[in-house]
Amino acid sequence: MENSNILTIKNLKKYFFTQKGIVKAVNDIDISIKEGEILGLVGESGSGKTTVAYTVVGLYSPTSGEIIFRNQNIGNEGKNRSIKLKQEIQIVFQDPGTSLNPARNIYQILEVPLKVHGIKNRDKKIKELLQTVEIPEDYIHKYPQMIGGGERQMISIARALASNPSLLILDEPTSALDVSIQAKIINMLLQLQKNFNLSYLFITHDLSLMRNIASTVSIMYLGKICESAKCKEFFEKPLHPYTQMLLSSIPVLTDAEEDIKPKKVKSIGEIPSPVNIPSGCSFHSRCSKKMDICSKEDPIMAEISAGHFVRCHLFKQIEL
Amino acid sequence: MEKSLLEVKDLNLHYVVFGGSLKVLDGVNFRVGFKENIGIVGETGCGKTTTMKAIMRILGMTTAKISKGEILFKERDVLKMNEAEVQKFRRREISMIFQDPTAALNPVFSIKSQIYNVIKYSQGTEKKLTKKERKDLATKALSDVMLPDPERVLENYPIQLSGGMRQRVCIAMALLSDLDLLIADEPGTSLDVTIQDQILELLNELVRKKGISIILISHALGIIKNITHRTYVMYAGFMIEAAKTTELFSNPLHPYSKGLIASVPTLVGRGISNGIPGHIPNYSNPPLGCRFHPRCSYTMPICKVEKPPFLTVSDTHQVACWLFKKEGDKIGK
Repeated sequence: MENSNILTIKNLKKYFFTQKGIVKAVNDIDISIKEGEILGLVGESGSGKTTVAYTVVGLYSPTSGEIIFRNQNIGNEGKNRSIKLKQEIQIVFQDPGTSLNPARNIYQILEVPLKVHGIKNRDKKIKELLQTVEIPEDYIHKYPQMIGGGERQMISIARALASNPSLLILDEPTSALDVSIQAKIINMLLQLQKNFNLSYLFITHDLSLMRNIASTVSIMYLGKICESAKCKEFFEKPLHPYTQMLLSSIPVLTDAEEDIKPKKVKSIGEIPSPVNIPSGCSFHSRCSKKMDICSKEDPIMAEISAGHFVRCHLFKQIEL
Repeated sequence: MEKSLLEVKDLNLHYVVFGGSLKVLDGVNFRVGFKENIGIVGETGCGKTTTMKAIMRILGMTTAKISKGEILFKERDVLKMNEAEVQKFRRREISMIFQDPTAALNPVFSIKSQIYNVIKYSQGTEKKLTKKERKDLATKALSDVMLPDPERVLENYPIQLSGGMRQRVCIAMALLSDLDLLIADEPGTSLDVTIQDQILELLNELVRKKGISIILISHALGIIKNITHRTYVMYAGFMIEAAKTTELFSNPLHPYSKGLIASVPTLVGRGISNGIPGHIPNYSNPPLGCRFHPRCSYTMPICKVEKPPFLTVSDTHQVACWLFKKEGDKIGK
């Protein structure tokens, strides 16, 4: 294979044990990201997207399952990951207002990863980092609260890039920002991806954004993947009822977009609590095409066409 | 010209802060007709919420100073009302839904006591409701917003409800009295897209059924397009463009509106535009002339000196930009 996988997640489970019961935040998911690819992981809040991110980056250790990074299983190491691995996998958090230390200036913030990973010539490197994210050099004396939200997120990205990673996990990097600033950051991320040959695991709830940047899109619902396909196919031929519901609820601007949207599926209900997952297919309580089997049996992932996976009883029959 | 429900004329407002003042609103002009849905779009920090708070008179008056302008609601100036009149105005004629339902509800009181408070306040002293009437009114308000099992919700605390349900409770509270104008300040932003869809559909339906006007503030342009009749684009404390919603999105004129609309990622997948360079100006020292000129790619010498007037391009379209000034145009409002 010319394009080997940089990250493969197999049967990953992450359960949290609480007083109210077991929270199955991530329940048996498979994801693979090819070298230089952008994978969009989309879902509502509470679907377990961020748990996946934290598990991959090593903040949580998985309950079971494998995380394979370049032929090396890193799942069981959890927090005891080697410094070399930490250098390769970095994360950008959602809210730049809280992920940057308000008591440190930009220089100190960017210096930490360089110190940790033992990179020499720190002054020069910090200037280079600021250049890559197009922030003026005199910002090194400023504090996070003195600069705008977009610039703060740029600094977070620079911090993640400091160790020269090859996989970057972006946990809703633009959802706290305005569209005009979002556009700027996304363009920069795409540029960086080309320049440094990075792979992204892009976590978001914004499907229209994914349409423009992702190579593969996966939809997550209550800890499981519902549908996964190549970007173009995903938006042109959405199959899972949940995907159709999501796509039809997106408010759009132009008629061309209106045409591409699936027929209006009325949004019903809300995402159930992950402590109390409905029996059978977890989506059946909100599904418009519910059948008898849905509440009894959990569907298995079926490959409908090359690279297009759906987990729904409706598509069991056409399995290849 | 048809009568307006609300008319804001040349509103200037500054915040007094340590070491100076922030000139936030710089001549805001807009009007809302009866039964009209108005959208206001703009970046964070452009003064949308400040304007709405000024209309509701809920700004902290020790720091926020209105130096000039009028807010006419049914031809009465809200800014000249005394405290008793303002109270009456707020409980009978206008209401507001906030962005974050979690912060809008008090976590230590049950939904019941919060709703009863609103009922008590909106009824004023004239009418005394019996316990049963009060409960019926609250239950009806909650079932109007499609909350399942309203009796149970009444007993709940905000933390026991999901984000979508909390926002429904806020809408129910806002619509308790027979109001004329509802201000919805980003009602769906903190919610998921499927929930946001439900909430906005509900809001749209309630507004139509009750025959009231709504001002919808959002930076999700798609939402504005679905709900509103007319839209204003706001930038750094003044309105830069006003048009029929469909016209604004198909044919934006102001360079800022163009940039904003192009920044929205599309489902068709045309890629992402470059956005608008720079950011909203610092209000303690805003740029002279047109406040957008440092970020504009069409800047002319006049832009740096004089603030552009609101020019009428067609019956349904106005824009505040020197690019659209024609020879012999009369400079009006």
